[in-house]
Amino acid sequence: MSVEKTYGEINAKIKAGKAVVVTAEELITLVEEKGLSQAAREVDVVTTGTFAPMCSSGAFLSLGHTKPRMKMQKVWLNGVSAYAGIAAVDAYIGAAELPEDDPLNSNYPGEFRYGGGHVIQDLVARKPIQLKAIAYGTNCYPRRNIETTITLDEINEAILFNPRNAYQNYNCAVNLTDRTIYTYMGMLKPHMANANFSTSGQLSPLLKDPHFKTIGVGTKIFLGGGIGYVAWNGTQHFPSITNVDGQELGGAGGTLAVIGDLKQMSPRWLVGTSFLGYGATLSVGIGIPIPILNEEIARYAALKDEELFAPVVDYGEAYPSFTPGNLGYVSYAELKSGTIKVNGKEIQTSPLSSMPRAREIASNLKEWIQKGDFLLTEPVKTLPSPADGIVAHSLKEAD
Amino acid sequence: MSPKRIVLRFGTDISVKPVVYRLVKDYDLVVNIVKADVNPQKEGTMVLEVIGDQSDEGLTYLRDLGVSVQDLNQGIVRNEEKCVMCGACTGLCPTGALYMERPSMEVHFDGDQCIVCMLCTKVCPMRAMEVHL
Repeated sequence: MSVEKTYGEINAKIKAGKAVVVTAEELITLVEEKGLSQAAREVDVVTTGTFAPMCSSGAFLSLGHTKPRMKMQKVWLNGVSAYAGIAAVDAYIGAAELPEDDPLNSNYPGEFRYGGGHVIQDLVARKPIQLKAIAYGTNCYPRRNIETTITLDEINEAILFNPRNAYQNYNCAVNLTDRTIYTYMGMLKPHMANANFSTSGQLSPLLKDPHFKTIGVGTKIFLGGGIGYVAWNGTQHFPSITNVDGQELGGAGGTLAVIGDLKQMSPRWLVGTSFLGYGATLSVGIGIPIPILNEEIARYAALKDEELFAPVVDYGEAYPSFTPGNLGYVSYAELKSGTIKVNGKEIQTSPLSSMPRAREIASNLKEWIQKGDFLLTEPVKTLPSPADGIVAHSLKEAD
Repeated sequence: MSPKRIVLRFGTDISVKPVVYRLVKDYDLVVNIVKADVNPQKEGTMVLEVIGDQSDEGLTYLRDLGVSVQDLNQGIVRNEEKCVMCGACTGLCPTGALYMERPSMEVHFDGDQCIVCMLCTKVCPMRAMEVHL
């Protein structure tokens, strides 16, 4: 008889220190040794992990009131603009924002050494941050400007809220043109001389729960070295599965919006990141526990790099011109081997997503659960799955 | 005898002088130019491998001319605190000095293979590769 477990039963075992927790990689080995049914019976929780640049990230900061009061209209943190179009002393610092005096790509390719992601890392590292704000003045908020320093511990709230993280799957980027290009997928040499990819494959959270059977609104996760929660589906959440020769192939797929208290996170897991010729961003560490409620969930969680595929996309022509299609699929086993074959050509591959860090996240999360500190949450709402067939829209030009 | 791998940095005044010829002719050195960026209008750099009994004398000659001479592997260092071992550099490093160990996917840096092209200092998303002069 196939196994069925509930969140309550698994949490009771976690509290009793008796839960069997393994990382997604360890589950793969276990399934190879004992078979899927036995592994599904034995294992209660599988931990996943990913550490990669995730541009749709940022933090809401509530800075505290000034004397006299001020309704901050524009705010800069270390020279990087934060969005202040919310209440008086609240602002949102976005990971991809750049200083106003940054030379950008005027000295091509621009270096983008400092941006919103770096501000977030400096904040979490407890470094002092220069705050500058201006205002137009009102009866209730008369003050017009301030320049001071803030630290994470001194401001009232700092809430990391990332509207799109943890892409289920992502393109493997190549360049078919005859010039070097600088993209958010790194530097791509002409004539497909290199290929870059950016998921942790068999450790990647959403690749291990592709039908969103367990990951939903309210799921408690490892976020930036602390505790976070899935807030909603992420933006551009288009979970889809294509069956080719009986093999499930995912596109970019689903995404997650995640939230958590920045004050309990760590600069090791929120790292300011710069892409030559492209911009600045934030690398985010995310780990998600998957409860093994039944054999089907175990089967997906045990998918190996050999069974997970990324589409190969030309970032020289096809991607910038929004031309659909790809140059075929390659497995994460091939991508991680260091070479792939596209159109008959052998290409060297590099990840942008750190595999050692992904492994560290999965194993940290495993320890937290084993210690009984971290219980699993049943989603309060499930997220759209491939079965919902969400279709992406693009912007229309004006008539 | 194993070759000395050195980086030369020099001003525009040196660019017009046949210094490599002098190393060969006056100090009897075998010189292999690994990389050179010589432009009479700006500061030049050259990466050399030199073999010969008088290599120390040859390098003293260069220093006396005002050329900065450094051991090659002192040029680029990895900031271990900053490196997250993503591997973005490994497909771009021209000599394989930055490489990935498999299956751990850990990134390693072999300073002996580095020719100080400095590409990694720009393409590393964490800016973990630093030039130490």
